[in-house]
Amino acid sequence: MSLEVVVAVALFLGVIAYAVLGGADFGAGFFDLTAGGSRRGAPTRTLIDHSIGPVWEANHVWLIYVLVMWWTAFPTSFAAAMTTLMVPLLLALLGIVLRGASFAFRKNAETMGQARLFGSIFAVSSVLTPFFLGSVAGALASGRVPAGGNGDVWTSWLNPTSVFGGVIAVGTCAFLAGVFLTTDAERGGRERLAEQLRARTLLVGIATGATVFAALIPLNLDAPTLIDGLTGRAAALMALSALGGAATLVLLWRRRYAAARPAAVLAVASVVSGWGLGQYPWILVDELTIKEAAGATATLQGLLVAVALAGAIVGPALFYLFRLTQSKEWTHQEDH
Amino acid sequence: MLASGIALHLSDVAASAPDPAGLLPARNQMALSLGWHIILACFGVAFPAIIFVMHLRGIRKNDQVALDLAKKWAKVSAVLFAIGAVSGTVLSFEMGLLWPGLMGTYGDVLGLPFAFEGLAFFVEAIFLGIYLYGWGRIPPKRHVLMVLPMAVTGIIGTYCVLAVNAWMNVPTGFNVIDGEITDIQPWKVLFNAHAFSQFAHMWVAAYMVVGFSIAGVYAVGMLRGRRDRHHRLGFIVPFIFATIAAVIQPFVGHLLGLGLGERQPAKLAAFELAETTTDGPSPLRLGGVIIDGEVKGALDIPYLGSIISQNSLTKPVPGLDTIPIEDQPPINLTHLAFQSMVGIGTMLMLAVLVYWFMRWRGTDLIGNRWFLRGAAIAGPLAVVAMEAGWIATEVGRQPWIVYGVMRTTEAAGDYTSSLWLLYGASVVLYGGMTIGAAIILRSMARRWRAGEGDLPSPYGPKRATASKGEQR
Repeated sequence: MSLEVVVAVALFLGVIAYAVLGGADFGAGFFDLTAGGSRRGAPTRTLIDHSIGPVWEANHVWLIYVLVMWWTAFPTSFAAAMTTLMVPLLLALLGIVLRGASFAFRKNAETMGQARLFGSIFAVSSVLTPFFLGSVAGALASGRVPAGGNGDVWTSWLNPTSVFGGVIAVGTCAFLAGVFLTTDAERGGRERLAEQLRARTLLVGIATGATVFAALIPLNLDAPTLIDGLTGRAAALMALSALGGAATLVLLWRRRYAAARPAAVLAVASVVSGWGLGQYPWILVDELTIKEAAGATATLQGLLVAVALAGAIVGPALFYLFRLTQSKEWTHQEDH
Repeated sequence: MLASGIALHLSDVAASAPDPAGLLPARNQMALSLGWHIILACFGVAFPAIIFVMHLRGIRKNDQVALDLAKKWAKVSAVLFAIGAVSGTVLSFEMGLLWPGLMGTYGDVLGLPFAFEGLAFFVEAIFLGIYLYGWGRIPPKRHVLMVLPMAVTGIIGTYCVLAVNAWMNVPTGFNVIDGEITDIQPWKVLFNAHAFSQFAHMWVAAYMVVGFSIAGVYAVGMLRGRRDRHHRLGFIVPFIFATIAAVIQPFVGHLLGLGLGERQPAKLAAFELAETTTDGPSPLRLGGVIIDGEVKGALDIPYLGSIISQNSLTKPVPGLDTIPIEDQPPINLTHLAFQSMVGIGTMLMLAVLVYWFMRWRGTDLIGNRWFLRGAAIAGPLAVVAMEAGWIATEVGRQPWIVYGVMRTTEAAGDYTSSLWLLYGASVVLYGGMTIGAAIILRSMARRWRAGEGDLPSPYGPKRATASKGEQR
């Protein structure tokens, strides 16, 4: 692998991590939104607070990682995408800001009225943000971003691939969150809550899976380069993703939550990887390859040093955080 | 709101220039989002160390008041860090959205420091989660150490961001040959010569902002008659941090300013309101504005301008007459912002010196209402000084985004004046977040005063579902 491709892979690992970890946090908003009134929805919302509270900021940093890697390693393609996709990016940004701020505000709200206000902002922005990020992915994958930037402000992301990308992102996030939350609820001994979440997650999973298959037809016309890749080079990953998704549903159905979680992660990680491999060697499909877009060699090497350091420092710290949040002490006590 | 006020000033100044329609809203947008985020960034950088000291005291001396303070500060920091994280994300997006010319052209030159900053932020976010949710779940002696990585990453993160800003002021690590950027050396950018002095100035400023702000909260409490140990301890620990920062800051700032006349003569001329180069030593010009080429309302102190900025009794400050008109920054705003920063900084330094001198003489001014009033506004004043400093250095670098290499007009995107809509929406958004944070933080303080400890969420199991018996 050439240096450019190694850096692109490192960047894309960030995309996968953000899709899985950040995605699960966004997806929690779907269950928050559909939890019901303040009394009926209280157990779900408390679980969500407890479940994503300690980790959402760390998971959010993957997005920063992706942006920084992108503008440093492939600067012209970054500028091109930013100027073309300004509208969905700004809407995603609005969602990110509202989600984070209102989540923190709701956690410390004094009255039910405040909690309701901030809670609804949190839930709605969590559900919508992945749509815009997914539509950006669709725009990149279907060749809507011209290499020189300043592409069409509207059709670049209001097209079949982007819309399906957005809908699939929303569904995927909710599915992941459902699996994670169900597992957390069961581990915390909240059987009834786990049952509720399980039923919803199954529905979301089936709907999302159906959307993915439905998307293949319009994508065939709208994003031929991507489809070539998905059915060619990335076919194994797509099959793996379908298998992982089906396995998750079966495991959920049989209440094998601990096993359902890795299966769901596998399904999402492989579909995102499939997109990446599917559009290889393009960074902006049909416009700019990874090699053409790459910045200075010294900078790419420097980035790999940063990535290696991140692996050595962030990796163990992140592992420690996740291990703590899954431990008995953290699951069974009330929030402080 | 402060940041939008800054933006308004910027618009006054820049409105006269015949720039592309999208430039001015982009600059306002950047000023608003940066000016807002920088306050929260200060808390991310400086608050962990202050919390650490308080928490450590609580554990070491088995001091329940200190432990209680540390725990409350941790909860406050959770709210501040959350809005700091999202407002920082705004900046990452805006780098590309508003300045595609800069990022597309120099992304691989200036990017490496951001990669290390991202790394620092990552570690900070992880340990924030561990520390905040670790109360009562991790053994206390290990738990207190979990806040330390945040203080360290605050240093690294600040350094990296300031390295990029220093590079914008004194670009290095690349060559331009026939319009092509070649010979890129990213490590030279990360370790550029001015990064350290800019970092030191900002890092110390963060401790001033946070130290004075937190101390001010307890000063207000004491003014309202709450003079228990909780308030005295809550005041003095951050005040000590602020003291150290306020005393060294003028020297750090002076070191940063040395040689500015060679590096960025236009910025120095604007700082000093030097319209023309004087024969012989330049005066220090306090206040004043230039209207139609004439200095009005300034108080001149002979020699002092040359002494401070040129370290010389004879060497004049080169005036704007030595700078082509198209390379001149907006002089009045730069000058007034710079002097506001210096003036407030000097005042804060003198104030803390008076406090400790009086204490050494046996009088604790904590009992003096005028001192407490001053302490209450010291936090906002430190914020104003910091914002003014950023305005001075950023506006003073105009019309360049990368000094001498790329003009701000070349960096801006190809947008129309419709970008003002985005700015208007942002003012509403940031205004909303400010109000939301104020409501939540005030209500937390109110509930703590009323004796509530853990502040359960209103829909939490204790309140909303206790009667339903649904759980477990």
